[in-house]
Amino acid sequence: MTRLRTVLLPPALAVLFAALLCAVALLISGDNPLTALAVMVTQVGAGTTAVDIVNSAAIYYIAALAVAIGFQMKLFNIGIEGQYRLAACVAAIVGGALVLPPVVHTIVILLVGALVGAAWAGIAAVLKAYRGVSEVISTIMLNFVATGLIAFLISTDAYGVLRGNNISTQPIEPSGQVPGIPFGAAGTVFGLLFLAAGLGVAYWFLLNRTRFGFDLKASGESPTAAAAGGVNSRRMVIIALLLSGAVAGLVGLPELLGRDFAYTLTSPTGYGFTGIAIALLGRNNPVGIALGALLWAFLDKSALALDNVGVPREIVLIMQGSIVLSVVVAYEIVRRYELAAEQRLVAAQLRARSEEPEAVGSGGRP
Amino acid sequence: MAESGESGGEYAVELVGITKRFPGVVANDDINLRVRRGEVHALCGENGAGKSTLMKILYGMQHPDEGVIRVNGAEVHFRSPADAIKAGIGMVHQHFMLADNFTVAENVLLGAEAEHGIGAAARARIAELAGVVGLRTEPGLLVEQLGVADRQRVEIVKVLYRGARTVILDEPTAVLVPQEVDELFDTLRGMREEGYTFLFISHKLDEVRAIADTITVIRRGTSVGTADPRTITSRELAEMMVGSELPDPGSRESTVTDREVLRVEGLSLAGEEGRRPPLSDVDLVVHAGEVLGIAGVEGNGQTELVETIMGMRHASSGRVVLGGKDISRASTLERREAGIGYVPEDRTRHGLLASQPLWANRILGYQTRPPVARGGPFGLLDLPAARRDTERIVAEFDVRTPDVDVPAAALSGGNQQKLVVGRELSGSPVLLIASHPTRGVDVGAQAGIWEELRTARAAGLAVLLISADLDELIGLSDSIAVILRGQLVATADPSTVKPEQLGAAMTGADDAHASEPAGASGGAA
Repeated sequence: MTRLRTVLLPPALAVLFAALLCAVALLISGDNPLTALAVMVTQVGAGTTAVDIVNSAAIYYIAALAVAIGFQMKLFNIGIEGQYRLAACVAAIVGGALVLPPVVHTIVILLVGALVGAAWAGIAAVLKAYRGVSEVISTIMLNFVATGLIAFLISTDAYGVLRGNNISTQPIEPSGQVPGIPFGAAGTVFGLLFLAAGLGVAYWFLLNRTRFGFDLKASGESPTAAAAGGVNSRRMVIIALLLSGAVAGLVGLPELLGRDFAYTLTSPTGYGFTGIAIALLGRNNPVGIALGALLWAFLDKSALALDNVGVPREIVLIMQGSIVLSVVVAYEIVRRYELAAEQRLVAAQLRARSEEPEAVGSGGRP
Repeated sequence: MAESGESGGEYAVELVGITKRFPGVVANDDINLRVRRGEVHALCGENGAGKSTLMKILYGMQHPDEGVIRVNGAEVHFRSPADAIKAGIGMVHQHFMLADNFTVAENVLLGAEAEHGIGAAARARIAELAGVVGLRTEPGLLVEQLGVADRQRVEIVKVLYRGARTVILDEPTAVLVPQEVDELFDTLRGMREEGYTFLFISHKLDEVRAIADTITVIRRGTSVGTADPRTITSRELAEMMVGSELPDPGSRESTVTDREVLRVEGLSLAGEEGRRPPLSDVDLVVHAGEVLGIAGVEGNGQTELVETIMGMRHASSGRVVLGGKDISRASTLERREAGIGYVPEDRTRHGLLASQPLWANRILGYQTRPPVARGGPFGLLDLPAARRDTERIVAEFDVRTPDVDVPAAALSGGNQQKLVVGRELSGSPVLLIASHPTRGVDVGAQAGIWEELRTARAAGLAVLLISADLDELIGLSDSIAVILRGQLVATADPSTVKPEQLGAAMTGADDAHASEPAGASGGAA
């Protein structure tokens, strides 16, 4: 039960602290924090907000999983952003150009997305494994390269077509689209929500039940001990980053295959960085990440209602920022508190033992 | 230094009723220790008995939950080592804390510039203290050019320079060969005459009896009493520490067979640019049922030899053959799968995942093999079986832990080591590479680990044993090879060889000046 407390308490504390901070900020600027909260909560029931939250959460979830895979090995893949955008762009181009039967068409697009994401991350992986280049630096740089590459790919000189004021790729035929779950006026949930859930389960299984997951965690905890235990660290770096990139490659696809059907100049950006914050908030735990993604999406989507009551919606950015900062602090505080509690427990056990020292002392030897 | 004549009780240091609780298995529980001024006071006890914790408390690195520290009769509260240093207490750690690329004088001055500046006054003081400590090297020499014994003296000069009158020596002889130990003891005796007080931590009982004026024994976190080294025997002392009759190390018979398990031929390892290669042209053979001991001063290629055989370093030339199969190009995992068990010299760096539970540590190195892995295309692990097998190791090897879910870091050193040895003897290995298997391990655990090694050897296991403890080498090995500057330079028969002879071979004293320090770089051709 102490374990559960260690897991749940820090994020709860962090959210509470962040909420207090925002309340103070609102009070200073002369707004009522309770009104703001009430408006945000009631907004969930209004229009398509609830469905929008779920859809956003699914996307955030995939992005955060991609980050978490790297975090397990202390690899900081900041390049999720570039990887998912490039992957979505190339997947859109390939998907728009191909004519295939349903399902097959979709699977091909998903594979292309994953492969492109993995390939883009693979550049950083090879640099890291064979040249010792920090993945932090190389993935940041690759984000910029990806932006430029995308601009070229969707220009009318390459694969783009002009539609109205916007340049986009050739739209994907219905055979490649993924039907959503319609809720009438409340909107349509992305079909690829199930992909996100499946990835979460796969992530948990991989990490806790397989040799690969063990090797990954061992390399993250102690590269020297992992090497002595027969883990090939170079190989692990490459596989971990490829896997992270492949998952990142899927981030843009729920929107591509469920709503937009083409990659455009105005396709959304920033999911990669959101994913980093959510992975931190969820402590790389698949359930924690899911809760974090939902919270984040709620804050994003409900914030739209704040304008109606004259509260600046940027307050949500303050909230999100302070959650991430305070969750890091809260984990440390709770960890120390737990350590002290454990100390008392062990001391009590030792005292109980020392009252029957002979039984303990000779216990192991017949 | 003028304060040596100060009154304030006959005790330089008193620790009364010290209690310290930890999330591990070991704590200090009501420890009492009284050190007279001007004596060498030995602190003996199992590792994990709480010696290190107690010394860290005295040195201000940790704070006692209960109890009183008095220095020269006055109660003190140390918040950090800086406070302890101000009170005249200094500590020489087991692992030296010197900057290799600084000179002797710079190392002494580093962080103590306020004492005597960095000019002539400082140099004069260093020269004076070097005389006291018997450090004969030039203060302008780089530390990396010094041998182990001289480095240790630099450490002592360092603490004296900061005004210490009471010096804690944490296992000072662990890194020295017998001749160097004798020299160190001569120095300590001389300094004792000048009024310095020493707290000497060791579990080498003969040495403790040779140097100490008083011995305090700690067992399971509490002080069990003091002893007079002139009247007590090593055996009695050991029994005080362990609290039970010791197993007899003498009786054993050879189990050596003529079946070759490990053959190493011409193994060399390229050094860094311009440096002497860490290994050159090493040949050795270990048979089933044989323990081959490698003797050598640390830093002469033992680590490299082991890590090259394990595949963690890549040999520049030579062959490693295990059971007739050439594994020179195999990965570390393949070598492990071929039946090599590996007890690394530094269990915290190479043997364990500190924050992972014990059962996860059971998997390390065995990710692909039953009982902890099911294999298959996904490489499935068998967590229940890993837990069961960890419980078996805990029971068979007497690992003292509440359960197998505690993180490895919560265990004391000896118990961590028993877990590692237990793991590496699981899955019927054909060869065990044991690097300092009982380093930092208490007498009780040491006897247990030796017993397990002997049992496994009798069952046909080949063992490559690397140790800095000559008694252990001589006691366990069927044959001994001496390693010096990356080469095997001599062999010895453990049934006839004396520690002093081995010590001479280890320092190369056979063909060089007798007092040449051993760790010195390969400058001597």
